[in-house]
Amino acid sequence: MTPRLIAFIFATRTIWAVLIALILGSLMIVAAGTDPLAAYGSLFGEAFFDYYGFGSTLVKMSPILLAALAVALPLRAGLFNVGGEGQIYIGALFTAIVALYVPSMNGTLHLVLAALAGALGGALWALIPAYLKAYRGINEVIVTLLLNYVGIHIVSYAAGGPMMEPGAPYPYSPEIPKDLWLPLIMPPTDAHAGVLVGLVLAVLLYLLMRFTTFGFAMTTVGSNASAARYAGISVRRQMIRAMMMGGALAGLGGSFEVLGVKYRLFHLFSNGYGFDGIVVAFKCDHPCCSCSCVLFVPARVASNAGDFCERHSSLAHGEFPFWNVFSLGSVGLATCCVRT
Amino acid sequence: MDHIFIDRVTKTFEGFVALDNVSLRIRKGAIHAILGENGAGKTTLMNILYGLYQPDGGQILLDGAPLRLHAPKDAITHGIGMIHQHFMLVNSLSVTENIVLGLNNGPRRLDIRKHERRIREISRNFGFDVEPAAPVWSLPMGMRQRVEILKALYRDAEVLILDEPTSVLTPNEIGAFLAGLKKLRDAGHTILFITHKLEEVMQVADRVTVMRNGRVVAEMDAAGTTAKDLARSMVGRDVMIELERREDQQGDVLLEAENLIATGDLGTRVLDGLCLKVRAGEILGVTGVDGNGQRELSEVIAGLRPLDVGRILVGGKDIAALDVRQRKVECGIGFVPEDRQTTGLVLDYPVATNLILRDFEQSPCSRRGLMDFAYIRRHAADLVKRYDVRLRTIRQPARFLSGGNQQKLILAREIEANPRILVVVQACKGLDVGAIEFVQNTILDLKTKGVAVLYISTELEHVLAISDRIAVMYRGRVTGLLEPEEATPGRLGELMAGVPAEAA
Repeated sequence: MTPRLIAFIFATRTIWAVLIALILGSLMIVAAGTDPLAAYGSLFGEAFFDYYGFGSTLVKMSPILLAALAVALPLRAGLFNVGGEGQIYIGALFTAIVALYVPSMNGTLHLVLAALAGALGGALWALIPAYLKAYRGINEVIVTLLLNYVGIHIVSYAAGGPMMEPGAPYPYSPEIPKDLWLPLIMPPTDAHAGVLVGLVLAVLLYLLMRFTTFGFAMTTVGSNASAARYAGISVRRQMIRAMMMGGALAGLGGSFEVLGVKYRLFHLFSNGYGFDGIVVAFKCDHPCCSCSCVLFVPARVASNAGDFCERHSSLAHGEFPFWNVFSLGSVGLATCCVRT
Repeated sequence: MDHIFIDRVTKTFEGFVALDNVSLRIRKGAIHAILGENGAGKTTLMNILYGLYQPDGGQILLDGAPLRLHAPKDAITHGIGMIHQHFMLVNSLSVTENIVLGLNNGPRRLDIRKHERRIREISRNFGFDVEPAAPVWSLPMGMRQRVEILKALYRDAEVLILDEPTSVLTPNEIGAFLAGLKKLRDAGHTILFITHKLEEVMQVADRVTVMRNGRVVAEMDAAGTTAKDLARSMVGRDVMIELERREDQQGDVLLEAENLIATGDLGTRVLDGLCLKVRAGEILGVTGVDGNGQRELSEVIAGLRPLDVGRILVGGKDIAALDVRQRKVECGIGFVPEDRQTTGLVLDYPVATNLILRDFEQSPCSRRGLMDFAYIRRHAADLVKRYDVRLRTIRQPARFLSGGNQQKLILAREIEANPRILVVVQACKGLDVGAIEFVQNTILDLKTKGVAVLYISTELEHVLAISDRIAVMYRGRVTGLLEPEEATPGRLGELMAGVPAEAA
């Protein structure tokens, strides 16, 4: 093996990983008595090339994209935010409160306020671990992880208690006013404008991290905190800033679930979007692309394909591990395509 | 006959000679101290004896027979154990579990109780007082060190190598530790003890070898020597570099420290009533045995470490309320930190970015929050040329530069900021002669421009060569202030060993 060949294989390692995942997957598909090509065809076809399928892909992409940003940004400052799920829930709660209980006003203004409230909720929820990390040295991974469950249960309490719609069969709040619903971008599918906001934010964050002193200070803290202090950067302030911005992004994701999909605050409304965000952020985070947020988009679309196939193909039932492997692999595949 | 004979061992690292024809004779059942400043080659030599490095030349004889060590495993088989400066323990496991970890001569089933009994017995024999069932995380540093020693003893180590064992201990723990060493010696163990602390050598060692710049410069019985003599051999008489003395144009006092008291990383008092003054156009050398508060002094001045008591005045104004950036921008304090790799630079950042690391928020590096990368590149290209930094491209991460070139980057950055005061710590550590000359001449140029320089270093010959006055630190205070002509090795040695001025 020449060094160049080794370098080539290394550079394209994600592709090989995906190929191996596909091959392993097809073995299982064959074992289940189905044609792998047909299965893969339906997987990609449904998610990308079918109007309704693509619409639903976008619906799922919105919270996961924002949750991925919520992981990627604090990671720049060296912090691992695994609390996206909790921040999504608290964001949704804040949004629902503003949407339901703030007296009605101009529809657009109210919508913006409700969304901002969601971001604020997520940011405040992230402030708890940020403060404990910066001033008490408590590991942010543990605190954010555990606060997820607190956040989930607070929403369960609200949706099943004080905010519950009278006579509802299931813990959910009353419906928010119609003029607060996010515009649909691919009617009649459920795809809503939240995806576009997420995309714009991804690009803005990339520019912020790449070209501003703000991003430079944050990245320096993540690269070498001791040198950052020496450079006159307040490490504590940067940590709190990064975590709160992350929380705000995840909170916005939760907010859009209320404003764009459910139109109510549901008990247990997120299917682990916050955790999917971690996987996406790590798959797409590459030292070369400082905040490679833009890459999340197709990555998640591909990953989402796994879910689709799982739902639509008769063979997938009871074979979760396979789909899990596959969806991870496809994330990587999409990442590679964009990168090269 | 010698128990261990290190016979003309040589070791080079990429052209840098770490050990140059080093010979050492170690007697059985003795405490043998190896004394020397940082970078003298002590640790390299011990790593060779422990099989971590292979020598380029020379050999090691154990009881007259040549010893081939390919890995620490071989050293252990021959009864040589090493206790590293940084402990190699699993904190979540118990003492016994840590000790038996990696033993592979026993039965498949691990009888932890049996091991516990034996460990308790060994521990009692040496007065170690270690509870074998205790988890390691619950033990203070001194106890953890005993666990490390037990680990070696449990593997039947006869020779124990201890690399700067007291550097992690509090003063109280040090006494108990030294007593433990004597017990081990009395039980017939041979102990090799690396240190740069004179008083410890005088307390426990039977024999002392002094190393400097990769060579053995003296070997003697501890009983026949004094701390003063040891300090003199550590320092050496030959000044390495002749620098041209410059005209003195000293001005007003620019930097003044009054009664500084500060706490170190281990919670102990590292600065204890320190006072000093530096004038414009003066280079005040600060020296002393490593670990007597020099690093902390620099951090307190730069704003990286809080001050418990005392005042720091810059041009007569107290700067207590100012943060790192204000001290740099408003007071003009430039700072070359001791650790260029973990503090002075972000190793993963390109050279160009490292050159504006402390200026990125000011024009012209950035405007209204936007980084001006075009300027940053121009600036870097200019500095790299003027300071003769050897590199491939300014986009190269600082990690891939040699130590000397990394130091040049830091100096270039700090000097280009036009400081009024420059605090330099260990400026020449690990640099080759050419780089040392460059660094020192650059600092002398600053002096002629009227900058007040605080030159903190343990490398005495450099301090002697460059300083207008020399302050010697011992246990967090200045024990003496000397003019260069007064600074004989003997006088310096006394002050470094804490002998008060009157008693000398």
